[in-house]
Amino acid sequence: MANIGVPKRQTITPKGRFRWIVHLFPLPALVIYAMFVVYPIFSAFTYSLYEWNGIKQGVFVGLKNFLTLFSVEPFNTMFWNAFGHNVIYFLVEMIVQNGIAFALAFFIYRKLRGSGFLKVAYFMPRLLSVIVVGFLWKLILNPNYGALNTLLTNLGLGSWAKPWLGDPDTALLAIILVNCWFGIGFAMLIFLAGLQSIPEELIEAARLDGAKGISMLVKIILPLCMPAITIMTIFTFIQAFEAFELVYAMQGSMGEPFRSTDTLAVYFYRLAFSSAGGGDVAIGLGSALAVVLFAIVASVSALSLYLMRKREVQH
Amino acid sequence: MDLKTSVSTRAIQYMLAYLFVLVSLYPIVLMVASSFKTNMEIFANPLSLPQSFSLDVYRKLWEVVPFGDFLLNSVIVSVTSVVLIAVFSAMAAFYVARFSYRWTGVLYFFFLVGLMIPIKLGIVPLFLLMKNLGLLNSLWSLILIYTASGIPISVFILTGFFRTLPVELEEAARIDGCNHFQVFWRVLLPLIRPALGTVVIINFISAWNDFFFPLIFIQEDALKTIPVGMMVLFGEYETDWSLLFAGLTLSALPMIVVFLLASRQFMEGLTAGAVK
Repeated sequence: MANIGVPKRQTITPKGRFRWIVHLFPLPALVIYAMFVVYPIFSAFTYSLYEWNGIKQGVFVGLKNFLTLFSVEPFNTMFWNAFGHNVIYFLVEMIVQNGIAFALAFFIYRKLRGSGFLKVAYFMPRLLSVIVVGFLWKLILNPNYGALNTLLTNLGLGSWAKPWLGDPDTALLAIILVNCWFGIGFAMLIFLAGLQSIPEELIEAARLDGAKGISMLVKIILPLCMPAITIMTIFTFIQAFEAFELVYAMQGSMGEPFRSTDTLAVYFYRLAFSSAGGGDVAIGLGSALAVVLFAIVASVSALSLYLMRKREVQH
Repeated sequence: MDLKTSVSTRAIQYMLAYLFVLVSLYPIVLMVASSFKTNMEIFANPLSLPQSFSLDVYRKLWEVVPFGDFLLNSVIVSVTSVVLIAVFSAMAAFYVARFSYRWTGVLYFFFLVGLMIPIKLGIVPLFLLMKNLGLLNSLWSLILIYTASGIPISVFILTGFFRTLPVELEEAARIDGCNHFQVFWRVLLPLIRPALGTVVIINFISAWNDFFFPLIFIQEDALKTIPVGMMVLFGEYETDWSLLFAGLTLSALPMIVVFLLASRQFMEGLTAGAVK
């Protein structure tokens, strides 16, 4: 949007005695970025092709680490277990977080009074560090002294009170819902920006053609909001497949109880850094998992970049 | 916009919108309120309001963990990395946006690739790199990784903004005798202030709140930032809930205060680049 009215890219030609100096401008950013982002990711790819003893690099083994990851117990079971949880993470966030966020954005778009306050209130949790969020909710969800169970009991719903994080049936869902609490404000703002970018003439025209209520929402507003929905879907996907901090804060690196909250990133951390899983750290396997995770996430974020650039061109 | 809405629909919208305010804010209010309660009060009734107001638990927090160190480390790391990101990214974006050599397109693309890199997946090589550079247990490890990982999005935002500025300004400045550096520093930097604001906010929040990198790079308690400092607190004082709530409150407070002072800039900044 910022590009409206700029006919074409304008460039200048450096002049003067010290014109070579301009070439130094991108250097600091380039060096730091290449050294601490590009090089490590590139190395993770090569690491995955070697055997490792602790943190000592051994011989080249080709794709053996990948084969182990997908065909040897317990690694393959753990992979698919964690992968399934990432998928659930994505689906629940799409439905709960983005569903609620869209509804709230729609209400604000329809000019509720106090919308400035509402936005600030919804956004507030996003300001907290994920570790603070995790620890805070761990206290709230505590089976004995936690606020949630007390609240349920006070409301006469005592039978709903549960050891939320201790029960394998509810632990993953509890963590994802906490993540939704954290992320709704951000999603709401993205949707609101999408809604507000719909030209009013279109809404007006649809209204004159007789669209109203639900049909207006489903047939006119939702399709026109597709760019924001697409971007948010991609963000949610990336975030769900990188899920680590909240699980680590609330359930530790083992994805307790009984790996019911394990995710690929937590599994990766366990392989690469903790020997808690029995045996030594497994850098080769960990790197192989990193490559797989990278392929999943990077392909989707490449898509998002493509869409963003395309929209930029349209504007 | 005027979409005819029935009174009852309107009422339901108001109810749900404000009900969700409760969901968003209540846990935070509970956190602050609980920090003023004694453990006995918390365990007897987690939902009640504190019966008296005392800052004793905060004094205790300061004594049992080096919270002052955590705070100082967080400030040093976040501020330094944000300044480095802003200056270096602006310099790179200026080059990419203003000069058209054969390689500027490639260079810009190289930076953009970083937007798709989940850098945490490179943590093992990063760990070994920091180890070889002797930067483990040093705040520099954090400053460098935050700077590096903040550069792609910042170059992206700033390049877009530079391209909206008319080139005549720079030409005029050059005719007046400015060299490239002066043009950049005196003429362009002040003009891109709004975009710099976005860059600062995005990167400050992620550096301030991150706990992944200090978890890996920093072992010494005195060098920890606030988020990993919380892990120390929760590891050692698991049963002292009043103290735990106080720690969480104090961790959250600086960011909440800054947010309330500039909430519009925060919300616009964090969603910038998402819907452009």
